[in-house]
Amino acid sequence: MSSDALLLVSGLHVGYGHVPVVRGVSLEVGTGEMVTLIGANGAGKSTLLKALAGLVRPSAGSVTLDGEDVTGAPPERLVRKGLALVPEGRMLFGPMTVAENLAVGAHTRRPRDPGVAEDRDRVCELFPVLAERADQSAATLSGGEQQMLAIGRALMSRPRILLLDEPSLGLAPRVIGAIFSALDRLRADGLGILLVEQDAKLALKHSDRGHVLRAGRIALGGSAEELIANDDVRLIYLGAWHGTE
Amino acid sequence: MDSAELLQFAIAGLKSGSIYALVALGFSLVYGSTGIINFAQGEFFMLGGMLSVFFRDAGMPLPVAGVSAIVVTGLVGLAFERFLLRPRRDAGPLVLIIITIGGSMVIKSLARHAFGGNELSLPMFSSGASVMVAGAAVERQALWMWGLTALAVVALTVVHARTRFGRAMRACSLSHDAARLMGIDTAKVVMVSFGLAAALGALGGFVVTPLTQTSFDVGARIGLKGFAGAILGGLGNPLGAVVGGLALGLLESLSIAFISSTYKDAISLVVLLAMLFIRPQGLLGRASREKV
Ligand SMILES: Nc1ncnc2c1ncn2[C@@H]1O[C@H](COP(=O)(O)OP(=O)(O)OP(=O)(O)O)[C@@H](O)[C@H]1O
Ligand SMILES: [Mg+2]
Repeated sequence: MSSDALLLVSGLHVGYGHVPVVRGVSLEVGTGEMVTLIGANGAGKSTLLKALAGLVRPSAGSVTLDGEDVTGAPPERLVRKGLALVPEGRMLFGPMTVAENLAVGAHTRRPRDPGVAEDRDRVCELFPVLAERADQSAATLSGGEQQMLAIGRALMSRPRILLLDEPSLGLAPRVIGAIFSALDRLRADGLGILLVEQDAKLALKHSDRGHVLRAGRIALGGSAEELIANDDVRLIYLGAWHGTE
Repeated sequence: MDSAELLQFAIAGLKSGSIYALVALGFSLVYGSTGIINFAQGEFFMLGGMLSVFFRDAGMPLPVAGVSAIVVTGLVGLAFERFLLRPRRDAGPLVLIIITIGGSMVIKSLARHAFGGNELSLPMFSSGASVMVAGAAVERQALWMWGLTALAVVALTVVHARTRFGRAMRACSLSHDAARLMGIDTAKVVMVSFGLAAALGALGGFVVTPLTQTSFDVGARIGLKGFAGAILGGLGNPLGAVVGGLALGLLESLSIAFISSTYKDAISLVVLLAMLFIRPQGLLGRASREKV
């Protein structure tokens, strides 16, 4: 592994109490790179992302962000270092308006930082519906709009690496398309993206590389093309009941 | 009973109601940021009154003594969270609530040692006869109580609705995990909400002492009233706490007018139980907290 990766995870173990869930995961994500993590329900994908974002403390292994060891750092420190998570289930602030959710997303920035307004404009350009709904409470948005807001809110901290946990879950294909094209644009601007997705085929099509997580271990890894061509992956994760085609 | 008499009862109700509102607001703030009931809230009210008397006896002018008492009580609130609750914050709500009960006993007995067991008092904030309103008399001190309560409520509302820290407080009350992912230092928000709750309680103790006197053991009773007010309005809802506190004061006063003063203190218990059975989310609360 090259040591100049933006996010470098090595031998990470995470569990709840004495129950191990993630068991020795190593992976890396570089600047402007999109990496997909696929795996069955309960494989530990969300647990891994939560540990990377600081919500759960890893029991062993290390996480390096831009060359700095951040293993076990709390989320409030990791956001300031440029890592943001769009969590499973979105976790929006429901009674707050769209504009307020974005403002909370910029909590780590100085209030008068002109970059905050720039970033808000950028988010509204990526997802124009958020500008239309600025004064509406987040709870009243449709599922797709909520997902866009969750991504927009995470971008307001101006991250260098973005972790996303199943952003397409339960959404209509057209909305999923809008979200993935936004991710493509962010990545083209240099954002590193680590994506957990049920829709493996779609995710791999947009990614550089991918990993398969099985029972807490990386069972397989490679370029997106290799994974799409892999027989096991085709059978288990790209089967008719997962694919969109 | 004529309308002037009724008005007189209503004024008395709004007087105690504004104190309940301040204490209820303290319950609400802490519940919002932590999900626990702080049973030491009444002791902060007690400290506000006792410290005001103490500082005034030490030679400070009354306003300075009051502000000092509020600030010192606020600091006690911060320390209370930092040193009693934070070390056990992963232990779950029940343990934390029991710690607040233990803490309230400690504060009370320390206050007894420091200030003695006597009733203490402060002079009225301004002298002069009561103001007559439609045939009912309003003491000048009541105007101070309402004015300062209103000021505190408005200031808090503006902070809550408009400022970065207010947004962080609201974010914390919705989800600590989501708030942390935004970079919010939730431990700090929790600590500050204890400090603010303590300062609000202390303000109540300071403004009411000229009318009612105070002593080391007034905390529990006022704590119960404030808690009932907070439940009445909807726990965790600041506006609800104010409305609930005022409504409870009115209810008590009207119960004296129409039933008997014997039942005055029972009213808050009845209200508390009735709300918990019938409408646990409170008058202004939603059926369940909106979470996305
Ligand atoms: N807070 C928790 N406490 C205890 N066990 C948990 C907790 N969260 C998850 N687990 C367990 O950890 C394992 C992995 O869960 P995780 O949510 O990481 O899986 P996942 O790969 O994201 O699954 P899905 O595809 O369903 O989202 C599961 O067995 C789950 O029951
Ligand atoms: Mg998951």
